[in-house]
Amino acid sequence: MSELPLPSPRARGAEPGRPAEEATPEKKNALARAFARPWVRAVAPLVFVFVIGLIFNAHGAFFQEGTHRDMLRQVSVYGILACGMTLVIITAGIDLSVGSVLGFCAVLFALLSIHEGWSAWGAIPVVLVAGTACGLLSGGLIARFKMQPFIATLAMMVFGRGLAKSISGGEKVSCAVLNPDGSYKYVEVPHIFTVIDHKILHNDIAVVTLIFLACVILCWILLARLRWGRYLYATGGNEEAARLSGIPTLGVKLLAYGLAGLFSAVAGICQAVQEQQGDPEAGSTYELSAIAIVVMGGTSLSGGRGGMLYTLVGAMTIGYLEKILSINAVSEASRLMLTGGIIVAAVLFQKVRK
Amino acid sequence: MSAHPAAVAPVEKAPLLVMRAISKAFSGVPVLRDVAFDLYPGEVHVLAGENGAGKSTLIKIAAGAHTDYEGEIVLYGRPTRFASPQDATSQGISVIHQEMSLIDSMSVVDNVFLGRELTKNSSGRQWTDRAAELKEARKFCVELDLDIDLSRPVEDYSLSVKNRIEIAKALAFNAKIIVMDEPTSALSGPEVERLFALIGELKRRGCGIIYITHRLEEIYRIADRITVLRDGRSVGTAPANELPEPDLIRWMIGRELSSHFPDRKTTLGEERLRVAGLWVERPGTAGGRKQYLVKDASLTVRAGEIVGVAGLQGSGNSELFRGIFGAYGRLSRGKVFVDREPFTVKSPRQSVSQGVAYLTSDRKGTGLVLCLDLAENITLSSLRAISPLGLLSHRSERSVALKHVRALGIRARGADQEVSTLSGGNQQKVALAKWIECRPRVLLLDEPTRGVDVGAKHEIYELMNEWTRDGFAILMITSEMPELIGLSDRILVMHRGRMTAEFGRAEATQEKVLKAAMADNPV
Repeated sequence: MSELPLPSPRARGAEPGRPAEEATPEKKNALARAFARPWVRAVAPLVFVFVIGLIFNAHGAFFQEGTHRDMLRQVSVYGILACGMTLVIITAGIDLSVGSVLGFCAVLFALLSIHEGWSAWGAIPVVLVAGTACGLLSGGLIARFKMQPFIATLAMMVFGRGLAKSISGGEKVSCAVLNPDGSYKYVEVPHIFTVIDHKILHNDIAVVTLIFLACVILCWILLARLRWGRYLYATGGNEEAARLSGIPTLGVKLLAYGLAGLFSAVAGICQAVQEQQGDPEAGSTYELSAIAIVVMGGTSLSGGRGGMLYTLVGAMTIGYLEKILSINAVSEASRLMLTGGIIVAAVLFQKVRK
Repeated sequence: MSAHPAAVAPVEKAPLLVMRAISKAFSGVPVLRDVAFDLYPGEVHVLAGENGAGKSTLIKIAAGAHTDYEGEIVLYGRPTRFASPQDATSQGISVIHQEMSLIDSMSVVDNVFLGRELTKNSSGRQWTDRAAELKEARKFCVELDLDIDLSRPVEDYSLSVKNRIEIAKALAFNAKIIVMDEPTSALSGPEVERLFALIGELKRRGCGIIYITHRLEEIYRIADRITVLRDGRSVGTAPANELPEPDLIRWMIGRELSSHFPDRKTTLGEERLRVAGLWVERPGTAGGRKQYLVKDASLTVRAGEIVGVAGLQGSGNSELFRGIFGAYGRLSRGKVFVDREPFTVKSPRQSVSQGVAYLTSDRKGTGLVLCLDLAENITLSSLRAISPLGLLSHRSERSVALKHVRALGIRARGADQEVSTLSGGNQQKVALAKWIECRPRVLLLDEPTRGVDVGAKHEIYELMNEWTRDGFAILMITSEMPELIGLSDRILVMHRGRMTAEFGRAEATQEKVLKAAMADNPV
């Protein structure tokens, strides 16, 4: 910005007839100025949680490489959902259906690849299309019929869970296939399951984590580098102004919810692979974790502000928090209560610093 | 023309309300300067003035909505300073807004007693006494000749009934001072008569009424006294029968046409925009009886021409712009041509791609995306052109933005400053830059200088001249008369959705335009 031929703030302040408050108050101390940057506000909770981990390191468990690898693996499915959720929240919407769509896609993937014996090249595209279709359906209700995102995706959340139970018959879809005579026949785990559930690079990085990172990069490219990403921000920031600027706001919403559905399908495949089965109950309440991750990163629920890297930071904050609590053998009850409290603290912190 | 001395009160009574030396500024810009106003029981005191003269600010001070003002308010003989609108209401001041302040989803009786619910007794203050409320409300409704079901939601009733429900609410609050801000703007002829009969009844009860309207006929129908505001100052107060219409208009317009408009040498080119028989439906009335916001509008604008569309609030001029731009979707009736080619009115997106731009009158609400930065806002409508294959180039975005920053003299820290932190004039320039970057053939400008200080206004005038020299056609709405007269090559006047008059640059005077805009019968 140094080449800008603009008057400096000080010169502007000196101009006669201009309100004094336009000159930026330079007297804030360095800390406050640092906290005015959104990325600092996003990273601060992560640093805080990390320091907690260094202190309560559970007899050195926190210093082991495996702890961090497992954290990344465990947060991956939530993180993939949070990618789609970030896009939707930037358009000032919300998607409550991601958990259910995840469940539906996990069951569908298991059915196709285990029971029907489809190859990965057939099963994966079909599942991705199915997930995207779910997202487009709720997106269509929101964009075309001006339904509130909360209501439309709440309906899709219930419907998607029903769909998962309907195609699975309410049972988990696993390698034990029920014969007509009541006995079980065991089929082999399809190759694709072992591929995705693998750890590569000296057994250090889970494939699921790589998928998560790939999703983050894709969303980052969309949001920061593509025209349609700008449209997402503009629609979330001021929908009417965006529409009157000639932006196809209807298409923008379809894109956001469609991609949220797509990422739910990706997460569903990862979930099925990790569990080696398609559980029709899989993914319940995951939508809340995804929202928590996005909010923790600092993307605003009122839309128009935020970004993918914030969500990555948010995912790691939540991931480390869970991991630290679990290596310290904190009971589940206390873990849930602490997580709730820390989400509130992090968001309050971001608000105060504004 | 000298300001009238404070006129003699129509009745020999103590005034209900006296406002003395009221001054008020919004972020340094004075809106009211040393204004005086008083109200006696049993009179209708009309507050007149052009848009932006400061009427509504004065009313808001009287109703406790603005609490930071200079000056003195004496209510019933006691100096008072309202802490809040609730405080003013509890002391007997009720405002009936042009946009209704009723809560549509709540029942009539709940609305009437909202904020002053009747309770069973002092010990059980939480228990509302619905029976007593119904009884009281019924009493008011009988007085107002209002035969409606009190437990049905307000949204079930027509605007006229809602209007009277508001008055019932004012009575329930025991209001002595009732402010009516354009109460007839949405009423039909017979409904207006009913309202006037009701105002007569309120006068007999000793209420004082402050009445704001843009319609000259109404002023002379019901006013006892008239106070005129202009540019935030009181021009004078006079009994209605001592202030004939020509004088009233002169009081409202007053000032000489200032010469601060840049010289315009108009070179007219080809026909750029032609609108033929355009009707705009009121949105949401497609099912039942159709209401039209714009009726049978036709106009042409040539390259290099600035055409002003005059009209008071509710005249349909903004709606005409929105209709042409496709903000309401497809048109039910009418045709639009740009450069003699048929123009598809379908959506804003379609219009932008065909070379029509529309600057909205509300830059914060519908013009800018405040949470985006300067460059992002300026390139918003032309991203397609500067992002080949959909890939954004921050570099070309910035260079485009900086080009406009220089050309329009936008004062900002840089291309990445969030527009919410810019001043009003600079925000307006960003909104203009967004449309100039699209290289439109036709520019629809709705209030291009609203909320912009004098210096920036002048710069915007210069820019408009420059754009017409480049061959743009400009259709403009402005509520500032001098601006309309000073900039327009031609002026079209709209009243209640119809085009009622047209003036050339030479023949247009403020008096003629205002008269045409206020008259129910075309001149």
